[in-house]
Amino acid sequence: MDSVAQRISAIGVGAALELRGVTRMFGALAALTDVTITVRPGERRAVLGSNGAGKTTLFNCVTGDFPPSSGTIRFFGEDITHFPPYERIRRGLRRTYQISALFPGLTVQDNVYLACCGVSRGRFSPLRPRPGDALMHSAELLIQAVHLTPVKQRRVSELAHGQQRQLEIALALAGAPRFILFDEPAAGLSPTERRELIEILTSLPAHIGYIIIEHDMDVALRVVESVTMMHNGRIFKEGVPQEIESDPEVQELYLGGGHE
Amino acid sequence: MSLTQEVRFQAKPPATAARRSGVIAWTEFDNPAAWVVAVLLLIMPLIANGFFLIEIFGTTLILGTISLSLMFLAGYGGMVSLMQLTIAGFAGYMVAVFGVSGSANISLGWPWWLATPMALALATAFGTLGGALAVRTEGIYTIMITLAIGAAFYYFTNQNWAIFNGHTGINTIATPHFWAVDWRSDIPFYYVILATAALCYFAVLYVSRAPFGLALQGVRDNPRRMAALGFNVNAHRVSAYALASFVAGLGGVLQVWNYRQISPGSIAVERCIDILIIAVVGGISRPVGPFIGAFIFVILRTFALDFLVKLGLDGNRFRLLIGIGFLVIVFWSSDGVIGLWERWRRNVAAAEGRSRGDRGHG
Repeated sequence: MDSVAQRISAIGVGAALELRGVTRMFGALAALTDVTITVRPGERRAVLGSNGAGKTTLFNCVTGDFPPSSGTIRFFGEDITHFPPYERIRRGLRRTYQISALFPGLTVQDNVYLACCGVSRGRFSPLRPRPGDALMHSAELLIQAVHLTPVKQRRVSELAHGQQRQLEIALALAGAPRFILFDEPAAGLSPTERRELIEILTSLPAHIGYIIIEHDMDVALRVVESVTMMHNGRIFKEGVPQEIESDPEVQELYLGGGHE
Repeated sequence: MSLTQEVRFQAKPPATAARRSGVIAWTEFDNPAAWVVAVLLLIMPLIANGFFLIEIFGTTLILGTISLSLMFLAGYGGMVSLMQLTIAGFAGYMVAVFGVSGSANISLGWPWWLATPMALALATAFGTLGGALAVRTEGIYTIMITLAIGAAFYYFTNQNWAIFNGHTGINTIATPHFWAVDWRSDIPFYYVILATAALCYFAVLYVSRAPFGLALQGVRDNPRRMAALGFNVNAHRVSAYALASFVAGLGGVLQVWNYRQISPGSIAVERCIDILIIAVVGGISRPVGPFIGAFIFVILRTFALDFLVKLGLDGNRFRLLIGIGFLVIVFWSSDGVIGLWERWRRNVAAAEGRSRGDRGHG
């Protein structure tokens, strides 16, 4: 399935993700105003901005959790603006949630196995996985990749916060992701766990692009090649990390704004 | 977290087939009590006479099967459907309409092996359609819609004479007769019921750990996340209704073979609520719950009357006793009898642990 993703990016469908004039209203409040973003296949980008800048709303529009009020969203050239969320996911889009959205009553293994089922044809299967089941095997590999093998039989409700954040990432890596939206994956992680997160992000296959929302500049700027600054629901600045970091306006707005 | 985990991970061998079988384990057949119950049920005709065999155990298993379909929807899917008895009743009516009965002007006279699959297919279709309406809602609104479907069908059967024969219903419905066996005579019928109930029980247990059942539990816990994993949440819910409708339909076919008649009274709204009570009293977290609930319900229904009369009270108040029992169980445990049982076992285990610990230190 990887080869499909690679083939499509090789054909040169301009952008992995393309937003044109995306606006999202909540009543009279504009959470997003005329957002236009183009992300190349395999590109890794950070979205920065203070609370209420519209970063998570941007993610919700892209994944279809709530559709944009106007504008279009294209995913590898295909107009997905009006697709239900599951259709977008089946096309290789993935996301993680700022507040872990897991299945606390199920084990780690079942959580990851479910994620693998969701993007396969076996999602309605009434048959239990047999030993050597392909989906079970890929779940096993994902659990290894996020270092959760020792706790895979535990219920998610028993996991530490950091482990839940890692599981959140494992769910997003199931199947053949082409583009991932990470919503503050480092939130609440210890310095060691942050290093591990950086390692997981940088070791993703090169064809998988992502957008990461991250307040911690140390994490954000180490794992991306471009940065989008948002402010009050609008795109405020775009550029490479060094430009953004040294931009006086950005510093005043965000970095110097009393943030950690 | 990370460093210690790395070490532990390397110390352990990679996942083996045996460890993977955690997903395949039967959750309820790991304790001896389950085996004792299974053996007792199998040899029941040697112990119990005809009345107990059918009126108590047969009825328990039939009501348990219908409640099981609610347990599947409510426990795994988070959807409380009050129309499960309506679906069962629909299957029963279809057996009467397509098969042979005393109302020759209505019944089409098909042999049972044609009428029964037809009834099951139509009941499944009926329940799936109802489910397709209900899944657009959540919580209390699901209860309302399914209750409305149940009530509507009840009033429809009351007033429709062409197919459902109005409030008289359909009587003297023929039951299967083949291989020189009358399958409605007590012992063969008990085994037909037991086999069907066991089949449904194990099917629900099995599916609960298969992708379909796991996904249903995921839909219950976090539908939004399930959509973000590629699941079509509503399609999954409707499929769950389809499976539950089939199970309820099987219960309905057994029900109509048991009583050999069906009328609007068999599918009245209070009967629908009985199914909810049975499932909640037994516990909706596990497939065994509905059967425990059905047993308590049938025992109370059968003996509460005599018991009340002995106390010098009006025997018709037996529902009061059921109601009080319901309140008591739900008050003490949010997960019915199963919840009480599990709490008791935890307490015993904790007490044992304590006494062992004391000895160890002493």
